[in-house]
Amino acid sequence: MNKTENNLIRGKVYVAGDNIDTDQIIPAQYLNLVPTIPEEYAKLGSYALCGLPDTCLPFIRPGAQKSEFTILVAGRNFGCGSSREHAPIALGAAGIQAIVAESYARIFFRNAVATGEFFPFETARRLCETFQTGDEAILDIKAGTLTRVTSHDTFALNPLGAVAPVVAAGGLFAYARQTGMIGKKG
Amino acid sequence: MAMTITEKILARAADKTRVIPGDNIWVKVDILLTHDICGPGTIGVFQQEFGKNAKVWDPDKVAIIPDHYIFTRDVKAHRNIDTLRQFVQEQGIRHFYDPAGPGYRGVCHVALPEVGLVRPGTVIFGTDSHTCTHGALGAFASGIGNTDAGFILGTGKLLIKVPKTLRFRIDGILPPRVMAKDIILRIIGDIGFDGASYCAMEFTGDTISALSIEERMTICNMAIEAGGKNGIIAPDDKAFAYIRNRTSAPLDPVYGDPDAAIEREWRYDAATLVPCVAEPHVPSNYAPARDRKNIKLDRAYIGSCTGGKITDFCAAAEILKNHKVTVPTFLVPATVEVADALITETIDGRSLVQIFADAGCEEIAPPSCAACLGGPEDTYGRTSGHEAVISTTNRNFIGRMGSKNSRIWLASPMTVAASAVSGHIADPRDLS
Repeated sequence: MNKTENNLIRGKVYVAGDNIDTDQIIPAQYLNLVPTIPEEYAKLGSYALCGLPDTCLPFIRPGAQKSEFTILVAGRNFGCGSSREHAPIALGAAGIQAIVAESYARIFFRNAVATGEFFPFETARRLCETFQTGDEAILDIKAGTLTRVTSHDTFALNPLGAVAPVVAAGGLFAYARQTGMIGKKG
Repeated sequence: MAMTITEKILARAADKTRVIPGDNIWVKVDILLTHDICGPGTIGVFQQEFGKNAKVWDPDKVAIIPDHYIFTRDVKAHRNIDTLRQFVQEQGIRHFYDPAGPGYRGVCHVALPEVGLVRPGTVIFGTDSHTCTHGALGAFASGIGNTDAGFILGTGKLLIKVPKTLRFRIDGILPPRVMAKDIILRIIGDIGFDGASYCAMEFTGDTISALSIEERMTICNMAIEAGGKNGIIAPDDKAFAYIRNRTSAPLDPVYGDPDAAIEREWRYDAATLVPCVAEPHVPSNYAPARDRKNIKLDRAYIGSCTGGKITDFCAAAEILKNHKVTVPTFLVPATVEVADALITETIDGRSLVQIFADAGCEEIAPPSCAACLGGPEDTYGRTSGHEAVISTTNRNFIGRMGSKNSRIWLASPMTVAASAVSGHIADPRDLS
């Protein structure tokens, strides 16, 4: 679940490339974990992006349960492949609060919004070649900008549109209740 | 106002006279499908949001088909199936195929049409990206996650955006030993791994009409590998014959208007298509099989919703009937029905089981998703080292079948069989 203060997300960036698929985000062997069970939700977080090639910088330090990175910057077609909701959940459980990608795969994007795990921003500019893993950055949700702290470079992000209030509310159900679409929690 | 088949199905499901691409609409769901790895999470969301004692909107519209982690010692996998058992009992859901009982079926996307739950003109959502398979029978079928599925369980509806339609028209006669898998791999290779993102992929033309229903399923199954929202083929007499064999439920098919606006059309002459592979590590990495004869293989794998149907095994047997494999060849029928058919189907008087045994294949495994997606470490066929695998499955991402160091080439059952014989990637037309 997303918790942001003052519409700002500040933290370290992890950079990933194109076509990061759901098998890399959360390998299938961990799909026996059920996200609605709190201990297993946390466990999913500890495995986030462990499917990346071993040549990549680790997203989670060996032995750690969460990631030190808060913002993920990626290329095209992020989250392609499976419909496993475990994928956006693992990233959120690991501590990611926003993703800035050139484009998303449909089901992953939909799942990210429905779970409200993080803000899924899109940007036409190829930021995965501009940022480096470890850069400190500030993402302004309202202004729709991503700023690299050391260089003060600010990049415009595509507006979230209809998605923003759903994620801000905490996902599909929270939003549906907030807007009166469905009744109180059973 | 003219609409495509996808637009018409969605309009009807949303009680609207017309929709256009981009419209966000609430559709009534005809079937919600889930399995053992996403079912428990979906049930979790449903019970958290609607209450522990809440009832699903319509138990007859829910299909729960365990298929992913069935033949494993993994304790959580078995706990997950127990979760499903408890839920179907509480809810009175009859479309449940228990691995522990005689009703077990196997891979959900092959089982769902087997049990007559795929009907033209209907709206099917499943917690599995290959739900798009069911467009082969003229339904709107698309993959979703646990939260959306939990929402459907409680309300019977989902908010979706009407997709634009991309049309793929294939005409002419497919050359011998060129299969549906070769058609879809070529298309994905041409348009790219996200070339159909958010779009409906409509397949048409006389080549498509000449394909069997199972071959049409193979094509629609891989629409997701180009990012497609759904894959769809207009229902015809073949589709109705298939369905009538499975159910006598009333059918209310939908057909697109020939003058409906589409986003773009691609045309193919079937005679120009060849046996091909998708190379590591994306399904869009197209290459003709003949251009890859130098690739040495360690394993061949025939199985999954994409390539583990009886048609797929018959095609493989056509190649293997006169040959011996030179690499370990793993066979996983998608469902119990397919496994049974391996015994009864014959070529020149020999059963497929016998043909595969004579060819030196591994013993046929029980039906499930098995190693298509890796799975628990004791999964049959899972890679563990640097294996070079040629497979009838649907994805070849790094680590997809288990090991990050293994490489996967995707191909048709005939190309996989020919390659199993050769020990290198082989074009099935080059074998007797």
